[in-house]
Amino acid sequence: MKANGSVFKYGDNVDTDVIIPARYLNATEGAELAKHCMEDIDKEFIKKVRPGDIIVAKKNFGCGSSREHAPLAIKCAGVSCVIAETFARIFYRNSINIGLPIIECREASERIENGDQVEIDFDSGVITNVTKGETYQGQAFPAFMQKIITAGGLVNYINEK
Amino acid sequence: MGMTMTQKILAAHAGLSEVKAGQLIEADLDLVMGNDITSPVAINEMKKMKNQNVFDRDKVALIMDHFIPNKDIKSAENCKCCREFAARHELTNYFDVGEMGIEHALVPEKGLVVAGDAVIGADSHTCTYGALGAFSTGVGSTDMAAGMVTGKAWFKVPAALKFVLTGKPSKWVSGKDVILHIIGMIGVDGALYKSMEFTGDGIANLSMDDRFTICNMAIEAGGKNGIFPVDELAAAYMKEHSKRDYKVYEADPDAEYEAVYTVDLSELKPTVAFPHLPENTKETGTFGEVKIDQAVIGSCTNGRISDMRVAAEILKGRKVAKGVRCIVIPATQNVYLQALREGLIETFIEAGAVVSTPTCGPCLGGYMGILAAGERCVSTTNRNFVGRMGHVDSEVYLTSPAVAAASAVAGRIVCPCELKD
Repeated sequence: MKANGSVFKYGDNVDTDVIIPARYLNATEGAELAKHCMEDIDKEFIKKVRPGDIIVAKKNFGCGSSREHAPLAIKCAGVSCVIAETFARIFYRNSINIGLPIIECREASERIENGDQVEIDFDSGVITNVTKGETYQGQAFPAFMQKIITAGGLVNYINEK
Repeated sequence: MGMTMTQKILAAHAGLSEVKAGQLIEADLDLVMGNDITSPVAINEMKKMKNQNVFDRDKVALIMDHFIPNKDIKSAENCKCCREFAARHELTNYFDVGEMGIEHALVPEKGLVVAGDAVIGADSHTCTYGALGAFSTGVGSTDMAAGMVTGKAWFKVPAALKFVLTGKPSKWVSGKDVILHIIGMIGVDGALYKSMEFTGDGIANLSMDDRFTICNMAIEAGGKNGIFPVDELAAAYMKEHSKRDYKVYEADPDAEYEAVYTVDLSELKPTVAFPHLPENTKETGTFGEVKIDQAVIGSCTNGRISDMRVAAEILKGRKVAKGVRCIVIPATQNVYLQALREGLIETFIEAGAVVSTPTCGPCLGGYMGILAAGERCVSTTNRNFVGRMGHVDSEVYLTSPAVAAASAVAGRIVCPCELKD
């Protein structure tokens, strides 16, 4: 599996309240949530994002609430992968459970800039920065999590068991 | 190698004699919980599963608390979805208007969690119940759906940080100041993926409400859970609130901790977390004038009876400053009733505050106290992210109920010790 897109770059501690503000949590459908994705940190995001685009951030991405609406909004906005130095743990779980690819990679998080064109090979964990002509090695998932991702999320994984 | 309290509870629930940090395990659950925001998503996920039954109708709890009494049509539809689900599955623990409270105050009060339990909740502040010596952690809606059906959840066994609490907090210093101090010290990702285990002789000087507040905000340091040892006070709390047997787990003397921090409670001062992160802490008296437009006293962090008492102690015979809106939200019906019986509600209203039925409401910018652009709120809640309580250009300052009440009177953020009699 591969991803390819241009990058939206953010900083440390991007919290779930800016990913999807609670005033929209009366909705549960991904498409509706996606309309407001990143609204409180970047009003331009939803106007500019194209299918396949990639979010790159620094430390503790997705901190705060347990709302699964956050990774769902990102996924339904068309984002193919989120790269960060670290993720908050509930966001990490939720992303795996709903099938939003995420990769922890400090070097990529430091080097990649807003607007860079980036390719990701999920099997090898290799992230290629096409704009800068650089590659970075992201952390591969443990085998157990890989099984959940391959099954297409936790629900399918349990159904298959 | 010895195990931490958290590791022992997880090992027991995974049917293993030993677990190590980093190990992936599947654990049996004693309670799976959700609220009116996260449960509808979980219920939809559950519809995709082959097995459509809940694993144990006594061990699934749905608590309507975020946007209720319903703030709009969509919220009403979400609660209706939960209500019908609870009826269809004959859930013992479904709490709606009239019985509900803010989930993390209600669950311990109803005795649904006791020491030694393993609990997941589709709400990040599920870590609150560590105060009772249980392992409890927040998850998302899909984990909740899987938990409701299988009675199990997968976990990576967490490494741990140890916090040795010593001494006795001074007047106006509470559990909120302890946890804000710790978050200020280690940062909002200082405990990322880890358990925060609290120990030391200072624990004896912390009430159960203080301990709930401390564990509640473990997530604000990125923690997987917070946990306290079970002492006489915790045992007495469980005896009063629950009919269930509990099991005490103690950390081994040679348990491994990635870091050990000592916090002398007697040295702490009332603390404020400035916008827009809970780690931006400052002690009262160390910053200039911060005028406020609103004060919120409530939430799963600080809406318990001792919070109501300290706020009333400060507001008694005083008035909320002109131009400040003071909103008091008891966390459960029982807290509300107790506050009423003790005359606290009368004190709040006479001081010019308003009192609301239990709800998460303003904490997450839902309703019941939303901020306009440029407005500032001093709040006993748990997050002060950009736009958390309303407009992206509004500001939230996190404090204890004592500081929030005193600030409501002064019209600016102050320590209660600064108020004139």
